[in-house]
Amino acid sequence: MTAAVWKLAGKKASLRRRQAIVAAIRDFFYARDFLEVETPNRIPAPAPEVYVDPFSSGTWFLHPSPEVCMKRLLAAGYERLFQICKCYREGERGRRHLPEFTLLEWYRAGEDYTALMADCENLIADTAQRLALGRCFVYQGQAIDLEPPWERITVDEAFRRYTGMTAEDVLAADRFEEILVEEVEPHLGFGRPTFLCDYPLPLASLARRKNDHSRVAERFELYVCGIELANGFSELTDPAEQRRRFQEAIAERNWLGKAPSPMPESFLDDLSRMKEAAGIALGLDRLVMVLTDAAVIDQVVAFTPEML
Amino acid sequence: MYNASDLRKGLRLKIEGDPYIITEFNFVKPGKGQALYRCKLKNMINGSQFERTFRSVDSFDEADLQEKKMQFLYMEEGKYCFMDNNTYEQVFLTADQVGDAANFLLENLEAEILFFEDRALGISIPNFVDMVVKEAEPWAKGDSVTGNNKPVILETGYKINVPAFVEEGDKIRVDTRTGEYLTRVKE
Repeated sequence: MTAAVWKLAGKKASLRRRQAIVAAIRDFFYARDFLEVETPNRIPAPAPEVYVDPFSSGTWFLHPSPEVCMKRLLAAGYERLFQICKCYREGERGRRHLPEFTLLEWYRAGEDYTALMADCENLIADTAQRLALGRCFVYQGQAIDLEPPWERITVDEAFRRYTGMTAEDVLAADRFEEILVEEVEPHLGFGRPTFLCDYPLPLASLARRKNDHSRVAERFELYVCGIELANGFSELTDPAEQRRRFQEAIAERNWLGKAPSPMPESFLDDLSRMKEAAGIALGLDRLVMVLTDAAVIDQVVAFTPEML
Repeated sequence: MYNASDLRKGLRLKIEGDPYIITEFNFVKPGKGQALYRCKLKNMINGSQFERTFRSVDSFDEADLQEKKMQFLYMEEGKYCFMDNNTYEQVFLTADQVGDAANFLLENLEAEILFFEDRALGISIPNFVDMVVKEAEPWAKGDSVTGNNKPVILETGYKINVPAFVEEGDKIRVDTRTGEYLTRVKE
């Protein structure tokens, strides 16, 4: 047997558990009257983001997230939507990253990000139940209790508590990601999952401002054992504000010498018709990692790019 | 020039004038933020190590490393002397730089010497080397007390476990990566 065949054969149990998790997720959303959709993976213009690099496909792009098309469905009057799909981001490969990975994304019209946090609590508890993990389980030697409510801490509180600095200062010094990864994330989601909430406006390109005078947006990230599992927010529904933020992202990409990102015009057109809504993307591969005690993402997919 | 996206385990970089090798590598990317490349680097001259986190905008100089075929001449006062057979140029490596390869350095053995900007840093030797057994206990047929293996001493002074039938004066092939016996070589 070659090494590759041996590696694939050894993943059978892990892929079975992955299937059980996907089945539990679908049941969860079907039971709550969500519509499962499949939107195109190849699109003319993803939402421009400074630090997300889409793969080009002809003159179009492989979507780095299904958000553009899903929000156009919301704008057309759909109220509860979910999708499980492959997404593609160039240059992302690490212990928790694959350049081609699976996202679970869902939306609720007429709700804000607090409804999504409650969804996360119920979805992950239900899924753990289905895998017979119970309410408490162990990930990489760390015990996790899924009993709600989970911890909710704002970005500003977390930086003050774990680094003694404010998020704004760290952001001004252009060290936000570095300090977050090195000093804050290692404290998040231990004992019970953590929602890190209310991101500084410059870090929440598609999220709604908390209120007219606020310097934070209604965005959160979910952490379990230091692993970032999901990113959700109350959607920004003001097309003029959204266009301005996209223009900023496009300008910064140009300044950094990154590949140009076109303006998603049809999305901006539809955004004017979109009602208040909240949406979230959850890394399915990472959820499988956490629920199957896998240390690296390679263990929860059949193929990694290196095996191809 | 390398970009951050070229970083990986084993890559050799020049930092502040010294060659470094990446001994551990991890890609991290919080949320939709900047990618970070966490590296553990080892100085290829003095062995000192440090950790550093790089960003996608960082760029790096390649370490100008070259390998040259040279022949081992002799060892004297802890220094190992090698010669380029074409230019007759000679270089010396310390015991630290030679490492475990010292166990297999036979006179005239051809090795690859690693240079950083004309400075010899290290050595790689062939995967398989044939060596003569210098000292061995004679093999007593049916001697089951010592099992199937016995320790012998090779011509470089290296101690190795070999099958009981190997005798003094025999030539054996050794895998220099594992330091283990492979087979007896017939002249």
